[in-house]
Amino acid sequence: MSKRTRMYLYNAISIVAGIGIWWLLALSGLQLPTPPEVVEAAARMWSAGIIQEDVLASLQRVLIGFILGSAAAIPVGFLMGWYSIARGLFEPWIQFFRTIPPLALLPLVLVLLGIGEVPKVSVIFLAAFLACVISTFQGVVSVDRTLINAARVLGAKDGTIFARVVVPASTPFILVGMRVGLGSAWATLVAAELLAAQAGLGFRMQQAQIYYDLPTIFVSIVIIGVLGLVMDRLLLFAESRLTGWQERR
Amino acid sequence: MTDTAGPKISISGVRKVFSLKDEDFVALDHVDLDIADNEFVTVVGPSGCGKSTLMNILAGLEEPTAGEAFVAGTSVSGPGPDRGVIFQQYALFPWLTVRKNVEFGLKVAGVSKTERRERAEHFIEMVGLSQFADALPKMLSGGMKQRCAIARAYAVNPSILLMDEPFGALDALTRVKLQEQLLDTWSREQRTVVFITHDVDEAVFLANRVVVMAARPGRIYDVVDVNLPYPRTEDVRLSPEFTELRNRVWHSVYHQQSGNVAGTASH
Repeated sequence: MSKRTRMYLYNAISIVAGIGIWWLLALSGLQLPTPPEVVEAAARMWSAGIIQEDVLASLQRVLIGFILGSAAAIPVGFLMGWYSIARGLFEPWIQFFRTIPPLALLPLVLVLLGIGEVPKVSVIFLAAFLACVISTFQGVVSVDRTLINAARVLGAKDGTIFARVVVPASTPFILVGMRVGLGSAWATLVAAELLAAQAGLGFRMQQAQIYYDLPTIFVSIVIIGVLGLVMDRLLLFAESRLTGWQERR
Repeated sequence: MTDTAGPKISISGVRKVFSLKDEDFVALDHVDLDIADNEFVTVVGPSGCGKSTLMNILAGLEEPTAGEAFVAGTSVSGPGPDRGVIFQQYALFPWLTVRKNVEFGLKVAGVSKTERRERAEHFIEMVGLSQFADALPKMLSGGMKQRCAIARAYAVNPSILLMDEPFGALDALTRVKLQEQLLDTWSREQRTVVFITHDVDEAVFLANRVVVMAARPGRIYDVVDVNLPYPRTEDVRLSPEFTELRNRVWHSVYHQQSGNVAGTASH
């Protein structure tokens, strides 16, 4: 058996054992729904179209916020790394907002922007932006000087050095920032939906809590976890395709 | 235009001072050196003698505090494709294949795709990396990386090659092999070479002329002509004449008297 198959086998054993322990705990009198009850609830919600609606609503918010946040963070991070004036202007604000959990801004955003999609997307935008901007900046400032010199002595001017050396050299940092940003965006989204939404996975849990509907809460938790994992794996895949040139130590 | 009879490289009264926190560090002081066209000059000296600084000034990556460096009669201001540089840390672009690395300078210069291919092919073959043309640098050993860097520097057709301890990070066997290959390449594609090293054997084996530098302040201490015939084979390396020159340079590097500044070639 190869190392990899053995790893997958251990993973499978762990998952089965985990569900088994959950089942035992549910049967031993803890107030938990059993796995079949959760599956049943999921089937019911699926045929009613609730899961599809929630997933769509949540994914839409997180993707819009995440894509806009990363798209804004990358140029700002590059500017900060390349021009000290940009760094001086942006850095105080980024450092300040970094210390505030994006969710803590939700009350303010709700008052200012109402309870539509905009406040939730803005908070997610901020979460993704902050994670990505800092690592892009780190990537630009840590580009090996020797590589820049090597390009210069081969005749490259600033524009070429930027496009052909600084951008590829910072790609690994940017992708790490995007992964952190996506995780942060997803966490923020679900919490934002708990507080203010008419649809979405967080909203569904909030509703279920009122009616003491534990199976629905479990269904939502599992979907949130699985979707988060899938999105992370997609970025990891992109990372391995784009930065496979790195020498791993 | 330029005076063809004059030296290819002329360093005149170069001084370089780095301002540190509490004092100034004189990396180079009163450095004068002329290098002829197609000459192979090695620069050897203890650490802190400013040999890398001198190379950076020739490359146009650093500016002298005083004095000037001339290449083909023109004052150096910034890097240019007339001077190829080979760094100790290889400095290959890790996201590009060997071929793309070698083509980099040509692409920057706007050379057409077919010509780029052809020229890259030629120099990749010259350094014996044809089989690895489409490999990423991470697949290459240290010696292969440096051969790729040499091909990349040659590809833009510089008239001068500046090499900053290019074999410093390699094991002894690979070093000897690459030294012989470099001389072989140089004999076929003549260039003016300035080669920085801290290895006395390497300095003598490669050079027409060895420049010995001293530290504090960084300056030229001695210049030794190496009148050994090319091609330099193992026989040369093991000859008594080589040993004699090597001992002379060794003495110059390791038993420096402070204040002794030799400006001209001696024999």
